[in-house]
Amino acid sequence: MIEGVSLIEILSLTTILFFIGVYGFLTRTNLIAMLMSLELMINAEAINFVAINKYLSPAIMQGQVFSLFIIALAAAETALALAIILHLFRLTDSIDVKDVEELKY
Amino acid sequence: MNIDTLMLMRDEIFLTAIILLMLIGEILLPIAKKKWLIHIGLLLFLIYTIQSFFPQKTGELFGGSYQTYPLVHFFKAILAVGVLAILLQSVEWIEEELLPYDFTAEFFILLFSSLLGLNFMMSAGDFLMFYLGLELSTMPIIALAAFEFFNRKSIEAGVKFIMLASVSSAILLFGVSLIYATTGSIYFDVIKTNMALPLMEIIGLVMIFAGIGFKISLVPFHFWTADVYEGAPTVISNYLSVISKGAAVFVLMTLLFVTFSTFGAHWDYILYGIAILTMFIGNLFAIRQKNMKRFLAFSSIAQAGFILLALLSHDKMGVQAIVFFLLIYIFSNVAAFGVVHIISLKAHTENMDDYNGLYSTNPRLSWVLMLALFSLAGIPPIAGFFAKFFLYAAAASKGYYILVFIAVINVTISLYYYLLPVRAAFLRRSENPIPKIHTDIYSKISFVAIVIGLLVLGLYSGVFEYISQISNIF
Repeated sequence: MIEGVSLIEILSLTTILFFIGVYGFLTRTNLIAMLMSLELMINAEAINFVAINKYLSPAIMQGQVFSLFIIALAAAETALALAIILHLFRLTDSIDVKDVEELKY
Repeated sequence: MNIDTLMLMRDEIFLTAIILLMLIGEILLPIAKKKWLIHIGLLLFLIYTIQSFFPQKTGELFGGSYQTYPLVHFFKAILAVGVLAILLQSVEWIEEELLPYDFTAEFFILLFSSLLGLNFMMSAGDFLMFYLGLELSTMPIIALAAFEFFNRKSIEAGVKFIMLASVSSAILLFGVSLIYATTGSIYFDVIKTNMALPLMEIIGLVMIFAGIGFKISLVPFHFWTADVYEGAPTVISNYLSVISKGAAVFVLMTLLFVTFSTFGAHWDYILYGIAILTMFIGNLFAIRQKNMKRFLAFSSIAQAGFILLALLSHDKMGVQAIVFFLLIYIFSNVAAFGVVHIISLKAHTENMDDYNGLYSTNPRLSWVLMLALFSLAGIPPIAGFFAKFFLYAAAASKGYYILVFIAVINVTISLYYYLLPVRAAFLRRSENPIPKIHTDIYSKISFVAIVIGLLVLGLYSGVFEYISQISNIF
């Protein structure tokens, strides 16, 4: 628990962070930038779990354990996404979503 | 914890052992003998499938993180049968496409890991296990969707799938964190007692619904479905459309009926609207598809809409209707995708117009295709009719007559497009139809078993009575 900082402020921060991530994901066309926005969203949740655990139910550390798993899984997800994007780059020489439109309707 | 309680998660331990054995086999076998891995994988999975039919005790492990009860155990057995049928159909594909690149073991390991994730997700007792199972089931299947990395369509399917799947799981996770904030726990039974429905909790529930709806491909979240199904290898589209979707529907059912049951009255409006949207959009888009994989993708979206009908009932009747429907749906869709898979493997075409005159050269494949599509459409002597009938009965028992009427209109629409490939195969003439296809013994076993299953389940009521006995999950 941090002195002088209430849970509302932390939750506002994480919500803003999450929606910055959503905005970035929707507006960026570069796949790597989209992955970065995704990381913002996932990190917002990790902070959320730790803060809620610390402020609301400090007796059991469910939230902190959860955030550890979130970090590990986010890394795995990014690794897989980068591998697929690398193959896309080899085939098309581009990592832009505009070039990922062979399958439509 | 002793060995008896640990054996409650017999299925998962067995599956993990199979994955490790495949890994050891991959290391030990010399490159010339990699073909054995296919037979080893099939044999081990056959043993797993047989053992999953033996009864299992009710109980929980890891302080309630892992729960098992007869219904979930039965559903795991159904999924195992579905995966076994898919594996049998894919042997030829593995030999042709994966063996030269030495990817056989990877295919089995990734597919089994995904099934392991689904098993954990279905018997989760808290949101951590649920989330881990969800990710463990999604990520290997994304890797498999992008498995033909020399094929641009497959890679494109992989890119679309991983981007959207990660966002949907991130949204789900944000919802979980809001639920955790309001109820103070991630355990399902504590959440159930602590629910007081402030606004924050409702937002969280909607976000969780969005995350699971993505996996079931309900309508506002369905955009990935057709693209991924078309681009991915047909075996993987088959797995995605039946196994992964079936498990996600089961999880949504247990969450709505048991954990969030206090929220039931509020859910119904959302479910009502989404059911109508999903049925109409799935059906109407399926009509204009010429590619068989896209066609089956939109048909599977429409089927998800029908499942939502029974989710409105909130009682035992709904549970048994959903589980029975999923059982029939797995059988019929595996058969339909299997025919598409064999034809695309041997004749290199997925276009519906090329199916013209299929009956003159491949009569048995045409019969299987017809039975599968009739079962999906719900034509009486075949099992699909009874499955749909129970869904309607579950919705009608709560007085949703208008919704049932809309669903019946949709069945009429769906009848039109399910008959299009049948008409192409049986009635249309063609100058150069698809040549005679010789399938291997594994595909034949799989098709014969599925056809027998479709006919028997339609006439023999014992399976439904068994499901009815064990479906008291409240």
